[in-house]
Amino acid sequence: MDILLALVVAVLLVVGGLFALLAAIGIVRLPDVYTRMHAASKAGTVGSSLMLVAAGLHSGEFATFARAFAGVVFFILTAPVAAHLVAKAAHQAGYRLSRGAVCDDMRDKAKN
Amino acid sequence: MKLVIPAVVFAMIWAAVTGSLSPLNVILGFLLGLLALWLIRRDFAGNRTAFRPLRLLALAALFVKELALSAWRVAVLVASPRMALRPGIFAFPLTVDRDIEITLLANLITLTPGTLSVDVSDDRRFLYVHALDCSDPVATRRDIADGFERKILEALR
Repeated sequence: MDILLALVVAVLLVVGGLFALLAAIGIVRLPDVYTRMHAASKAGTVGSSLMLVAAGLHSGEFATFARAFAGVVFFILTAPVAAHLVAKAAHQAGYRLSRGAVCDDMRDKAKN
Repeated sequence: MKLVIPAVVFAMIWAAVTGSLSPLNVILGFLLGLLALWLIRRDFAGNRTAFRPLRLLALAALFVKELALSAWRVAVLVASPRMALRPGIFAFPLTVDRDIEITLLANLITLTPGTLSVDVSDDRRFLYVHALDCSDPVATRRDIADGFERKILEALR
């Protein structure tokens, strides 16, 4: 039983760490602030959430797990808001989409 | 009176998060919950929010699934040698009209595959959504309207 729990914790930690790493790589590789927010808000949230759950499981206490779980919930509530605000601020400041962009309804509307 | 039931729920969450079920701690959580709810009391005025636990659970399940899928897709995209990107911002016409529904929808959109909400138009009729693959905005719009938007309407109305 202990080994099973340890295995689950280990898998969660490694997978969570991989997602966090890929989120970081995404921020470096993606072309503009909008696409970077995709990497930061999604892969980042999943990565940190998995690692928090791993920490909660490893403790073996309900109180610690409840706190870790609350952390996950707050992550899910706040990460999209942060990404949304960064993207909105960037658009208002006139930061253009990268050159591969195919459409921008928001800019089209601002012109009318 | 309308604040008491949410405050009881808040007290439970408080007890879980602080890790102590002692009566004093639960009462403290209840009072803090009441205070927090009192601070935002004006947003409760005239609320017609229905509470359907099962539908909310279905929404949460759909959300967790989409979040996992979404993170996976971003991860695959980032790890692929040539990133196939066709990014763009499209306008999504909103059917939902209340603050809580728009907020919920915007949050859900941000955490689902390939889309990120950027802004709500001033007249609250459109949500501007950034998509990693904006080559077919019509299909993406339909996916959101038939998926999350309908689920939100089912859960909250």
